[in-house]
Amino acid sequence: MRALRGLGQRVTSRIWRLGYASRFFLAILLHSGTSLRRINLTIREIFFTGVLSLIIILVSGLFVGMVLGLQGYDTLARYGSTEALGVLVSLSLVRELGPVVAALLFASRAGSAITAEIGMMKATEQLSAMEMMAVDPIARVVAPRFWGGVISMPLLAALFSAMGIFGGYLVGVQLIGVDEGSFWSQMQASVDFREDILNGVIKSFVFGIIVSWVAVFEGYDAEPTAEGVSGATTRTVVTSSLAILAADFILTAFMFTGT
Amino acid sequence: MSQESLVEIRDLNFTYDSRPVLTGINMTIPRGKVVAVMGSSGCGKTTTLRLIGGQLKPTSGEVRVGGQVVHQLDSGGLYDLRRRMGMLFQFGALFTDMSVYDNIAFQMREHTDLPEALIHDLVLMKLHAVGLRGAHGLMPSELSGGMARRVALARAIALDPMLIMYDEPFAGLDPISLSIVGELIRKLNDALGASSIVVTHDVQESLKIVDYVYFVSEGKIVAEGTAEEMKNSTVPYVHQFVWGEADGPVPFQYPSRPYGEQLMAGARG
Repeated sequence: MRALRGLGQRVTSRIWRLGYASRFFLAILLHSGTSLRRINLTIREIFFTGVLSLIIILVSGLFVGMVLGLQGYDTLARYGSTEALGVLVSLSLVRELGPVVAALLFASRAGSAITAEIGMMKATEQLSAMEMMAVDPIARVVAPRFWGGVISMPLLAALFSAMGIFGGYLVGVQLIGVDEGSFWSQMQASVDFREDILNGVIKSFVFGIIVSWVAVFEGYDAEPTAEGVSGATTRTVVTSSLAILAADFILTAFMFTGT
Repeated sequence: MSQESLVEIRDLNFTYDSRPVLTGINMTIPRGKVVAVMGSSGCGKTTTLRLIGGQLKPTSGEVRVGGQVVHQLDSGGLYDLRRRMGMLFQFGALFTDMSVYDNIAFQMREHTDLPEALIHDLVLMKLHAVGLRGAHGLMPSELSGGMARRVALARAIALDPMLIMYDEPFAGLDPISLSIVGELIRKLNDALGASSIVVTHDVQESLKIVDYVYFVSEGKIVAEGTAEEMKNSTVPYVHQFVWGEADGPVPFQYPSRPYGEQLMAGARG
């Protein structure tokens, strides 16, 4: 009986928290006017979340593309269709790996940083101070970070995919010797702008919303202690990673079934 | 409400998680005066400040600031009221991603359309008032505890507030910084014609600068009067607090079972 009650309490508290997070999301949207009117606040956050994540995104993209080149060549060689390597690398990256892996890296690199920053601002009473100065912390601190993340994510995913394709090219064409013309021409012929690229962009935009929402919420809701902030940072990475993978499945099911 | 008082607190009760934090508090903060709220840690002093600032809502009773009942204001009215308040937090709460200059300019940029040249002059004037004009380019991480507190003080008076609230302004300061901050609280209050509420447990420094004192214990006001009256008070709690006695109405021992009983329980395993 006690176990059942404990389970019930846990489920209730999760639902309550989800409701609270949803109301918080609504508050962000309602207070987004400041982010748009004072665009420099959002640009600053794009720099911190986007530009400073470039190294990890570009390097990871390069290596993922290189691995795809090697693995793809090995598989395609069995069927005598190595000239399709460019298609395999590009579709894998644009439709799936680019948005998903970039979002997972973004959650670890930028999402955790956003949570830690807002959590520390709360622990050191900076958010309270802002409230006492008649400045709404959701409008001034949370919304610009949220939009900074949402705008950065598709750009980072695009760069990840571009770098991955370059990595696949280096390995497939320059290292193994796949025909360069086939590599690029088959890619150009097979990758559809709306079906593949646009859907990939939509995915990364949705992932950007998920990661940024989780990151700002966990930071704002963090217990104002060192332990509380550390726990919130961990929850950001775990929750947003699981949410990205779940959302990826749902989006893929809607976007690519039957094509 | 009296014309002379800026803040009036009447029959204020505040309960947190069914635990009473403040019970039947009545306070008056006259215009132009510096009033201290003293008491040991956890007695409800900071909660009182948060109720005055509208960050908490009372369970019953009311707080009036400038004639307005704080908890009845909508968010727009509350923000309008807060623009006329300044608050210094316990450890400064400076924005760590901004320089000293930008911290002081923050409210001016948020709430006014003043040209940047004028903001520049105003920021330097505020910093000059706290003796830190030369530190305008530093980041908060480069400041000592005393300097950070003075910058926070300059930020609290950025818009020339009518009410300045200080939450433990002396905590963790060396004797020189402590004395400087104490003098600044008094001088700035008089220069601005503001009213100040100083929440503190630093008796010696605060009694030097305040006009009136409220002593709070376990969420209730146990004594009030001028600094001189408090020094000579015979109320046991006030006497223990003012003279720093280790034992008295505030016991040395944390409440527990009788000593002998607890030892015997341990011996029996």
